[in-house]
Amino acid sequence: MTRDVGVIAFAQETAEKDRERNEVEFIIPVVQEAVRQSGMGRHDIGFTISGSCDYLSGGPFTFVQGLDGAGAWPPVRESHVEMDAAWALYEAWVAIQTGEVDSALIYGFGKSSLTDVHQVFTMQSDPYTVTPLWPSLIHLAGLQASTLLESGKADERDLAEVAARSLRDATGNPHAIRKEDVDADTLLARPVTHAPLRDADIFPVTDGACAIVIAADDVAREHCERPAWIRGIDHRIDAPHIGVRDLTESASTRRAGEEAGALQGGFEVAELHAQFSPDELIVREALGLNGDTRINPSGGALGANPLMAAGLIRIGEVASRISSGEIGRGLAHASQGPCLQQNLVCVLEGE
Amino acid sequence: MGGVRTAVIGVGQTRHVSARHDVSIAGLVREAAVEALEDAGMDFDDIDAVVVGKAPDTFEGVIMPELYLADALGAVGKPLLRVHTAGSVGGSTAIVAAKLVMSGIHKRVLTVAFEKQSESNATWALTVGGPHSTSLVVGAGGYFAPHIRSYMSRSGAPDHIGVLVALKDRLNALKNPYAHLHEEHITFDSVKDSMMLWDPVRYSETCPSSDGACAMVLTNEAGGDAAAAAGRPPAWVKGTAFRSEPTMFAGRDQVNPQGGQDCAADVFQQAGITDPLHEIDAVEMYVPFSWFEPMWLENLGFAPIGDGWKFVEDGVTQMTGELPVNCSGGVLSSNPIGASGMLRFAEAAMQVRGTAGEHQVDGARTALGHAYGGGSQFFAMWVVGADKP
Repeated sequence: MTRDVGVIAFAQETAEKDRERNEVEFIIPVVQEAVRQSGMGRHDIGFTISGSCDYLSGGPFTFVQGLDGAGAWPPVRESHVEMDAAWALYEAWVAIQTGEVDSALIYGFGKSSLTDVHQVFTMQSDPYTVTPLWPSLIHLAGLQASTLLESGKADERDLAEVAARSLRDATGNPHAIRKEDVDADTLLARPVTHAPLRDADIFPVTDGACAIVIAADDVAREHCERPAWIRGIDHRIDAPHIGVRDLTESASTRRAGEEAGALQGGFEVAELHAQFSPDELIVREALGLNGDTRINPSGGALGANPLMAAGLIRIGEVASRISSGEIGRGLAHASQGPCLQQNLVCVLEGE
Repeated sequence: MGGVRTAVIGVGQTRHVSARHDVSIAGLVREAAVEALEDAGMDFDDIDAVVVGKAPDTFEGVIMPELYLADALGAVGKPLLRVHTAGSVGGSTAIVAAKLVMSGIHKRVLTVAFEKQSESNATWALTVGGPHSTSLVVGAGGYFAPHIRSYMSRSGAPDHIGVLVALKDRLNALKNPYAHLHEEHITFDSVKDSMMLWDPVRYSETCPSSDGACAMVLTNEAGGDAAAAAGRPPAWVKGTAFRSEPTMFAGRDQVNPQGGQDCAADVFQQAGITDPLHEIDAVEMYVPFSWFEPMWLENLGFAPIGDGWKFVEDGVTQMTGELPVNCSGGVLSSNPIGASGMLRFAEAAMQVRGTAGEHQVDGARTALGHAYGGGSQFFAMWVVGADKP
């Protein structure tokens, strides 16, 4: 017996190579805005949780400073995952299911521009056998893309169509840092930078933060005219070694989709955390999304991908379209780990 | 405490040592996980979800190592969460695992916490400030020594109290085969004469750097009852709490933090405990530097403010005392940082299950597991009992 939990507030902040603000200065405005939207007092929110990664800031305990941005006095019930903040939202949802709390503030943040993030995130791999070879995130995504193309499930034009549509849709999103009114032919004429990928197929290095407030049942209804109800949420992980996986599909996305009740379709919008254009094709297939669902109207991660916040932003993008009345049912997906290793699926609906 | 009744039915840990050169990180965590599963009479296939905790990724130089550990922990195709709440993480991780059961979402959850400190150097990994800023202290000891001096000046505690705590914990560790330090010849004088590192913290009053892991299997009421029927006593979770507060602001009491007081009050209230000193039979407390035992005795409400050190001097916290603290030898005897909090939670469970071996407190029915982290600002606690709540 699960409690109904709804997203009642969402704020995000993104930038390309921000030289002015630190992580805390990214967190403060999004937390303040989300708390304002929720209509709840900061300390009326029962639980606080964040997602971040120490290797983005280059030191231990990034989340400790981050707490200064969220406000924690008097002391708060608080936790942190070293994961994309979509998983922080999952832990918050679990906390509400126990009945101990009725609401939660979730935030994710990171400044990817402080480092060569594509290279540094190689350290997510097996430290004894893979990391010493230093395949960057782009190299690993390139392997996945090559496998996909060789399988015949997709061709270069399919990748270009994904990238072109994302960049075009990003022009309507003030938070996108890369946007362009472009078509697939134009992109195909541009150089292949990491075979078979072109720059437009690769997420732009993005700084940013995101905050969401969720609340249960009547608390949500009291504070939001049209909460985006979480009808299903689940996450699964695949094996780390890319040699033991079929890289042309995402078993963990499919399993999470099954458990979240996402496979019967009927979504008006899906925000997929596709950090490389082939990711979208693989995730779409795993979730059985067809032409009736509009994919990534925000421009997705190809428009802006602040690591540790970007998965949570997918949930916020869908929720805000539901709360505005634009759509009735949507799907959000978050991913982390090399080659789509770990995936979360969330089904959201209006009343 | 709301939700589904939750029990610990399996506990595992590695033997904690300076450097496990014989295993990878995956090998290390798997040892603890397999031992916990065997204790629970289960296999990886029986597990619905896995929750992993560890301290900063800089300690091993692996970003989100749970990604790489997914198959070693039998998590492929399952939900896998990674918790990081500084030194309290082992405790927070156990609490997240408990919530997955309490919420009714999962029936059987494996939780694992670890640190393989030999992969890097924790003191220097903890010394880094923000990029382009200078750290004013070296390691955690340098950070906490001023708090301890403040405690001494407030309470008038004599200098030898820290020595007594260290001696007690290291002697207790001789009864724990998993403990890192087994110092058979330790004496009051040998602790007192050890090198002063961060005044007033001496070398022998400081936790070691350890490689180690700890794991537990948690299950729901039916699972707990089944374990009991099979002769494997469960430890019932009677309360869980965490609290956090900012690192620094003018007027913050870093010796007796509000977050710790609130967390203890919350967990005792959930467990129906009104007189912790008399109702708790064993405490596993996060004491990485000896003086934190009297400080936390006060912060948790076991001793009146200013009297914690008298409890130490009077032997209240000895294994034979009224409130045995850290019968396992505690963090002062084994410190795989990310696992240290979970070891406190697991050792508390072992006490009420009656499986603590030579360091078992006779007749322990109710125990507290405690962990703290950051600048004494993150707190995680649970109360476990032999009796179903």
